[in-house]
Amino acid sequence: MGRHRLAVLDGHWRRLVGELMRRFLLIAIPYIWLLALFLVPFVIVLKISLSDAAIARPPYFPQFDWAEGIRAFIAELDFENFLWLVEDDLYWKAYLSSLRIALTSTALTLIVGYPIAYGMARAPEEWRPTLMMLVILPFWTSFLIRVYAWKGILSNEGFLNQFLLWSGLASEPLQILNTTTAVYIGIVYTYLPFMILPIYAALERMDDSLIEAAEDLGCSRLSAFWLVTIPLSKGGIIAGCFLVFIPAMGEFVIPSLLGGSDTLMIGKVLWEEFFSNRDWPVASAVAVILLLILVVPIVLFQRNQQKEQESEE
Amino acid sequence: MTLKTVTIVSAIALSTVAATAEEVRVYNWSDYIDEELLAKFEDETGIDLIYDVFDSNELLETKMLAGGSGYDVVVPTGSFLQRQIQAGVFMPLDKDKLSNFDNVWDVIQDRTARFDPENAYSINYMWGTTGIGANIGKVTEALGDDAPIDSLELVFNPANMEKLGECGVHFLDAPDEMMPAALTYLDLDPNSHDKDDLEKAAGVLEAVRPYIQKFHSSEYINALANGDICVAFGWSGDILQARDRAAEADNGVEIAYNAPSEGALMWFDQMAIPEDAPNPEAAHKFIDFILDAQNMAAASNYVYYANGNKASQEFLAEDVIGDPAIYPTPDALENTYIKGPYPQKVQRVVTRLWTRVKSGT
Repeated sequence: MGRHRLAVLDGHWRRLVGELMRRFLLIAIPYIWLLALFLVPFVIVLKISLSDAAIARPPYFPQFDWAEGIRAFIAELDFENFLWLVEDDLYWKAYLSSLRIALTSTALTLIVGYPIAYGMARAPEEWRPTLMMLVILPFWTSFLIRVYAWKGILSNEGFLNQFLLWSGLASEPLQILNTTTAVYIGIVYTYLPFMILPIYAALERMDDSLIEAAEDLGCSRLSAFWLVTIPLSKGGIIAGCFLVFIPAMGEFVIPSLLGGSDTLMIGKVLWEEFFSNRDWPVASAVAVILLLILVVPIVLFQRNQQKEQESEE
Repeated sequence: MTLKTVTIVSAIALSTVAATAEEVRVYNWSDYIDEELLAKFEDETGIDLIYDVFDSNELLETKMLAGGSGYDVVVPTGSFLQRQIQAGVFMPLDKDKLSNFDNVWDVIQDRTARFDPENAYSINYMWGTTGIGANIGKVTEALGDDAPIDSLELVFNPANMEKLGECGVHFLDAPDEMMPAALTYLDLDPNSHDKDDLEKAAGVLEAVRPYIQKFHSSEYINALANGDICVAFGWSGDILQARDRAAEADNGVEIAYNAPSEGALMWFDQMAIPEDAPNPEAAHKFIDFILDAQNMAAASNYVYYANGNKASQEFLAEDVIGDPAIYPTPDALENTYIKGPYPQKVQRVVTRLWTRVKSGT
């Protein structure tokens, strides 16, 4: 008897340990992921942002040296570079300009993307996979090549201007390439799928009978759209907007290829610090601030995702 | 074994040999070599050559300072090289491994020793001046027959630039080249580190900024050749390449290069071996291959830049060695200046001014 009991206890014990292990692993994997791919790089960047530029390889001081101990190392760090960012108006102007460009292009992407997503969700069921494919298809080509293609379209001798001249819509070529307009076009084009897909997912799930019910109850088609469709796709709209806004804020490739020299964006300022000034510490400080600015929308985005999931469950 | 399997097996064997064969990775400026030379190097030495290009010293320098670039031979410009040597980026060259070392030209070696004392770390690849490329037809149309195409007046006088702006002007996106030119225009020391001087130079650039279509360091070659722009402030050989491409295309575009009469910046692109190069042996072989008189001449004949190789001169084409835009006359050489590197603090000021010039902020 006693022995049997012990065996049962042992079994319980093992199951408990097994369960705890399983839970631990389940939680640990995402945390290890975050730690390795987000926190560690961030701490490295933060550390560089507190160092000083030097003619050395790599070009900053102090380097971490175990022999000298962590205390001596920390004593060398200071917030000088962050003060520098406050003193020169270039940086906050660049942050503001990036913010403006990111917000405007997010709004533009939404205006273009929503009708496409709506059309896709309302299309006959057998067409939808094809339409979906068409949205995803551009990803099969390198992003860089697609941005370069826009140079060919927008330049003074490009397809767009040739068409405008040929059709008589313009009497002389429009200067679009190397302006902020071209940056908007580039961002809207590049991030459009990120806007369409979540909105499409939200709209596709929607029950059509809700619209019918609204119309039966006296709604016009337009007010049914405003009162029923838009609120039900809100989750998708918010997700799409964040997916466009967050990368657009730090965008470097599009403004440097399509934008003019007067397109001020923080990504370009970061590049100048890093490459022209060889000042890795200040470049890192710029990056840390950019991250802090982006943390707010990222947290909001996470909340939204969580709510979405909870409402589904 | 059938014949087919033999071929397959030997093909596999060959490919493993190729994969383990020696390899050399070279990082050079864009549009800066005759690509037939690259194939020739592989044929002669059996070393796999991986050839990458860049168009700004800043890009190269950042890779060097980060370390572990994987390149065996890189080609920075003198003033950048000087700072990189200080940072301990390069290994001293082993001259015993360079059988063609005697081909170098002492006139150039004397000048490059200002960046690299005793030329311990580097050997000149090519050199040139920074100056004005003009589309003769369009510029005379805008400014008349006496347009000052060999003077900084053309690009820094707002009255001229206002008219040229309509047919398109590109400047190098390189503050290290443009600030000295603006200082020269003001009759100040092009090597000035004085903040007030630099402010004044930025003022010159800002005054003509509205008429500049783009700051870019490689696009102007095609833009000039196609007739998209009428003036470029750029590197001598690049503008001569544009001249050549326009002539080949027979599109009626006639390009001329002139070093500014007020004084031209003379620069030197130097071959050097990073301290952490994976294959320094092969790197020396590549440099030695380039130092060969005929190879060096072939490269210069192709890209229209002068080189630091005395022995190559007898193999140079007449339109290269005989062109004063490429090999300036001794008098013209007197009228050039060499620019040293900026210290960190001055570099900050220069970059900040440059951003202000470009973006208005």
